[in-house]
Amino acid sequence: MNHTTPLLQLSSICKQFGGLSALSDVSLHIRRGEIYGLIGPNGAGKTTLFNVITGLYQPGAGEFQFNGARYQACKPHVLAKAGIARTFQNIRLFANLTALENVMIGRHLRTRAGVFGALLRNRATRDEERAITGRARELLRYVGIEKPAQTLAKHLSYGEQRRLEIARALATDPLLLALDEPAAGMNATETASLKTLLQTIRASGITVLLIEHDVKLIMGLCDRVAVLDYGKKIAEGVPEQVRKDPAVIAAYLGQETPRPQAGEGQG
Amino acid sequence: MEILLQQIINGLVQGSVYALVALGYTMVYGILGLINFAHGEVVMIGAMLALSALTALLGLGAPPALALPLSLVLAMAGCMALGYGIERIAYRPLRHAPRLAPLITAIGLSIVLQNLAMMIWGREYHSFPQLIANTPHNFGGAIINDIQIIIFVMALAIMAGLMVVVHRTRLGRAMRAVAENQHAAQLMGVDINRVISLTFILGSALAAVAGLMVSANYGLAHYYMGFLLGLKAFTAAVLGGIGNLRGAMLGGLLLGLIESLGAGYIGDLTGGFMGSNYQDVFAFFVLIAVLVFRPSGLLGERIAERA
Repeated sequence: MNHTTPLLQLSSICKQFGGLSALSDVSLHIRRGEIYGLIGPNGAGKTTLFNVITGLYQPGAGEFQFNGARYQACKPHVLAKAGIARTFQNIRLFANLTALENVMIGRHLRTRAGVFGALLRNRATRDEERAITGRARELLRYVGIEKPAQTLAKHLSYGEQRRLEIARALATDPLLLALDEPAAGMNATETASLKTLLQTIRASGITVLLIEHDVKLIMGLCDRVAVLDYGKKIAEGVPEQVRKDPAVIAAYLGQETPRPQAGEGQG
Repeated sequence: MEILLQQIINGLVQGSVYALVALGYTMVYGILGLINFAHGEVVMIGAMLALSALTALLGLGAPPALALPLSLVLAMAGCMALGYGIERIAYRPLRHAPRLAPLITAIGLSIVLQNLAMMIWGREYHSFPQLIANTPHNFGGAIINDIQIIIFVMALAIMAGLMVVVHRTRLGRAMRAVAENQHAAQLMGVDINRVISLTFILGSALAAVAGLMVSANYGLAHYYMGFLLGLKAFTAAVLGGIGNLRGAMLGGLLLGLIESLGAGYIGDLTGGFMGSNYQDVFAFFVLIAVLVFRPSGLLGERIAERA
């Protein structure tokens, strides 16, 4: 595998919902091993782009390359297998499974035992099951929630649920970990420890894509940042540079540059 | 006292069959939110297939001890294929249709399967060869025979096995994950179509076992036998809380007991006005009562969860 090619390359991605153009002509690339931030005002198309990257939406037009291969109209489980894992803005855990089981589901992809193995409980299946449990416990420890392993996910605290979602995503052995507003609803302490966790994850060789409202977190954490507004990429670069970009300032503060005619400012 | 014990034994045996069938309804509902009304017909086809296989094998001179398990395996294989086909052909194309569409399809499918069975096996009652010596055992004054013991023990073993599969294995975990949230399960790399297919296959295998049990117990098989049995098992699933596996088992056993005790005592209670031929009424009385007073069933919690 050529390690100089970007891990993820999007070329001219478009996505429309009825008459609304949620993404128009978005191109960007994410390099291996970096933390890449995606910011923008509400309704800018961040989550739409995210859903395209993880296969929940099919792009209307454009090209999508991941890890050197081209993907078109892919099912989420195929992209998951290729190495993209994500978390959700509104947490989507399996509420009635335990924390440990939630992470074990993430191992589903990288394990094989079929129906017959499950029914016969042969040696290979039992060994695999033990390996899955071991790895899942390891991941819970990694994100710092090993204690409530047997607690149902719905009974965990908010911060723990966020961490559990990250552990579950890591269980799929991703190349790219995509996080949709992981700091939403967190207090300053929780955000700080999230930041440490993400740095540890990156240090372990996993590329991170981050959507965030918390501009301070993005600027302090990301190697490069892209800014979306009205479905278009209006800036990209290192945080320092993006912060000073007039188009970005205008998008956030709504001044100077005239906006496209799109109704209310809230988008 | 003997009558009470006798009715309890009969009820538990019949109830364990209801439980096996109810599990098929509840597994599919848990994952797809769909009531597979054709499931009763899968039970009937399981019985018919087992009967045909048994007749053929005995005709070839196979000893009963071999013919019976072999015909059970054949019936299970046939029903598993049927279950897979039902989902693939009738339900999968309607996965994203309004909920009424697959429900009506299920009813239609049930009629199609019934008529198909009638064309293949005819309208007459088929008697089931008596292969297991029907020795009655005296159990505290009540009578229980070998077939009943086998049915009850086998049903319990299968249910225990299913619980192990669902709660201790990779497939079971995937099933529970898909039941909770299909999107998230997909993102974890779970192929939901595969899990849904396997759910239908698993439920149909249980149906085949139940079909053989019913026809062995009553000594009869008939193309129409799946209809009432299916409705009663559905009632059992609703009673326990549809979508809940433990609920289906509990509901099945309870329904069997209610029916059997009701039939045993209704004559005394009404002074002979109504007899045990009112047995079938109890199941539907229970269905109405549950739907009115506790629609989520005894162990059900789905509705509360979603709130």
